[in-house]
Amino acid sequence: MNLMLTKEKQAPELLDKVKTISGAEALLIALLEEEVDTIFGYPGGAIMPIYDALYDYRDRLNHILVRHEQGGIHAGQGYARSSGKAGVVFATSGPGATNLVTGLADALIDSTPLVCITGQVFAHLLGTDAFQETDIVNITTPVTKWNYQVTDASEIPDAVAKAFHIARSGRPGPVLIDIAKNAQIQKFDFKGYTSCKHIRSYRPKPIVRQEYIQQAAELINNAKKPFVLWGQGVMLGSAEQEFKTFIEKAGIPAAWTIMGAGALPSDHPLNVGMLGMHGNYGPNVLTNECDVLIAIGMRFDDRVTGRLDKYAKQAQVIHLDIDPSEISKNVKATVPVWGDCKETLPMLTELIEATAHTEWLEKFRRYEQEEIKEVIQDELFPATGEITMGEVIQQLNELTKGEAIVVSDVGQHQMVACRYAKLNHTRSNITSGGLGTMGFALPAAIGAKFGALDRTVVAVIGDGGFQMTLQELGTIMQSGVDVKILILNNQFLGMVRQWQELFQDKRYSFVDITSPDFVTVASGYGIAGKSISEREGLKEALQEMLSHKGSFLLEVMVTKENNVFPMVPQGSSVSEIRLK
Amino acid sequence: MSTQHPIEKQEFTITVYTENQIGLLNRIAIIFSRRKINIESLNTSPSEIEGIHRFTILIHETEEVVRKVASQIEKQVEVLKVYYNTNEDVIWQEMALYKVPTDVIAEKALVERLLRENGARAVVIRKDYTVFETTGHREETENLINVLQPYGLIEFVRSARIAIIKGSEGFHRKLQEFEKREPGHDVVENEYLNKGDKVFTM
Repeated sequence: MNLMLTKEKQAPELLDKVKTISGAEALLIALLEEEVDTIFGYPGGAIMPIYDALYDYRDRLNHILVRHEQGGIHAGQGYARSSGKAGVVFATSGPGATNLVTGLADALIDSTPLVCITGQVFAHLLGTDAFQETDIVNITTPVTKWNYQVTDASEIPDAVAKAFHIARSGRPGPVLIDIAKNAQIQKFDFKGYTSCKHIRSYRPKPIVRQEYIQQAAELINNAKKPFVLWGQGVMLGSAEQEFKTFIEKAGIPAAWTIMGAGALPSDHPLNVGMLGMHGNYGPNVLTNECDVLIAIGMRFDDRVTGRLDKYAKQAQVIHLDIDPSEISKNVKATVPVWGDCKETLPMLTELIEATAHTEWLEKFRRYEQEEIKEVIQDELFPATGEITMGEVIQQLNELTKGEAIVVSDVGQHQMVACRYAKLNHTRSNITSGGLGTMGFALPAAIGAKFGALDRTVVAVIGDGGFQMTLQELGTIMQSGVDVKILILNNQFLGMVRQWQELFQDKRYSFVDITSPDFVTVASGYGIAGKSISEREGLKEALQEMLSHKGSFLLEVMVTKENNVFPMVPQGSSVSEIRLK
Repeated sequence: MSTQHPIEKQEFTITVYTENQIGLLNRIAIIFSRRKINIESLNTSPSEIEGIHRFTILIHETEEVVRKVASQIEKQVEVLKVYYNTNEDVIWQEMALYKVPTDVIAEKALVERLLRENGARAVVIRKDYTVFETTGHREETENLINVLQPYGLIEFVRSARIAIIKGSEGFHRKLQEFEKREPGHDVVENEYLNKGDKVFTM
């Protein structure tokens, strides 16, 4: 055992309190010490000793029994994203553990702090192809920030301490601890729990270099057309206020990646909209016109940049990120500001001159007007024809007034929800950004609600994605959690269909998906529901969903073959964005 | 970094200081395999500091790719530090062993000359076979294969490259910094500050 922890000095009074407990109980004590209140999990043979110990901790640890481990981990993600705390997930060995893989990959690429605990076969059976044995540590190595296998109970306190420290610090991410069954059962002398603050080989954040802040400030002060791009890093660093102060002083228009949505309220005058493939017109076109591009807590995903060799070539790039491997990974940084934006933004704000770039901002607004005329008006306020996805989100905005948490799945409805949802608060847009995991929204919404019990959670889901994890309706039924499920049903796997229409001569290959009667399915789980297809009843139905006591499923039949625009076709430059 | 053409592929020696942790080899190896980069050679060994391991990895890539790969390696929790260097920046050696039939070699070859010219030595001489050993750069160990091939080379094996970084001061001082709760500037380096340095450090 070589965990390389630097621990706080053990308090002498603790030494008197050494008690002999099982590894399983030590795990639960450790979770309580880390202020865990909710666990999403599913029991099984190799994790039974932990579940047995949990029986005595039911009053302190709220365990939510999910219907599938993938649902469990997405719920953990939703919980982490809405609460800002680490999500905790339990699964058994073998298939239980492998069912976590999609969620781990999703959490890694979207920097979500998770601590997953998997059961493992007895240590003496490792490598024997024992029942439900799988090499989960090696399977999950590429999709975890860190993982570790425990084979002796005495390792548990330090391993858990290290896991939470790694999951939450620096650029957050998922970690996994695989605990052999013998270690769960084994009794050992528990000397008390000490949280981990430092690991010598791990530097979650650097000391910020003043010279780069100065260089960045100089570029910003001399810029004529500066442009800020922000991502989830602003929220992960809890730097929303610092960010707002910075852009307000500098008077710089700012656009967001879908992971960053909500860090600045939708209606803030400097918020010019969404970046990327289905982002807004102005931010995409003007990326190739700005003179200084300031990227904050974002990683220049290909869905944001489009064709890289035609991306912001005219601009000087200032990149603020806590992860040094992101700087100059996709877009070469002129000034690399490696650090926690909670620290770097105030340093920068201090050095910049208060300005307003009125004319430049006006340019964004002119593009916006064009986009409203060409795209948005018809999407949000269609007078005739079938219901559009956009108008559903628009009506929802009018009812929630931007106060709800919007969880979206993956596909057309996701782009529409992210583009149009009004968000007043941070941690209000929860979606699978980097991995694009269909089936994410329903379980993530359950977790999001547990992470923010005082807020309304609306899960916007397509007819395809809903069918990937609809078993979690059972979790809603049993836990009684209040989640509003809004299915935008276009009877197609819409985003793939859109690509087939635009780029493959309408050869609709396996995108025509048949769905069950969702309202009947929901009612089977004791969840109230309604399906509508007429514009007249839309607002009332949304109101009914929102004011219903408890979960509610509303299916809205939307127009079948609508496309999401604007669009930067794959392989095109952001300035080649199409309005139709 | 003395590289003139960052887009041209060349040999890079990547030196990784790590904790001794099960599974870390896999974590490092998949950073290469994910990007379909072939590892030419890989050696793990103790370092100048007890308890700290040293990986020496040889790849043939562009500097741009090596820089990104190195920063991905350094990001791993149990990795302390990553350096990458071109061949000019390091002193390196590989060791090779050659097994040949003793009767043939004794009869036909001028063994003494052969060993002298190739800086080799005989490790084992038995009635049935002889094992030679040589240490050097790739061309040197390669050369002895060609020489021995006509005499019926039975077995050949070459070790991974091990390398010493010319400009390195070793890891002692850095490790002391790492062990501090609040590491100083020296450890929490920003790679871009070291642009002009003889030895590139990230």
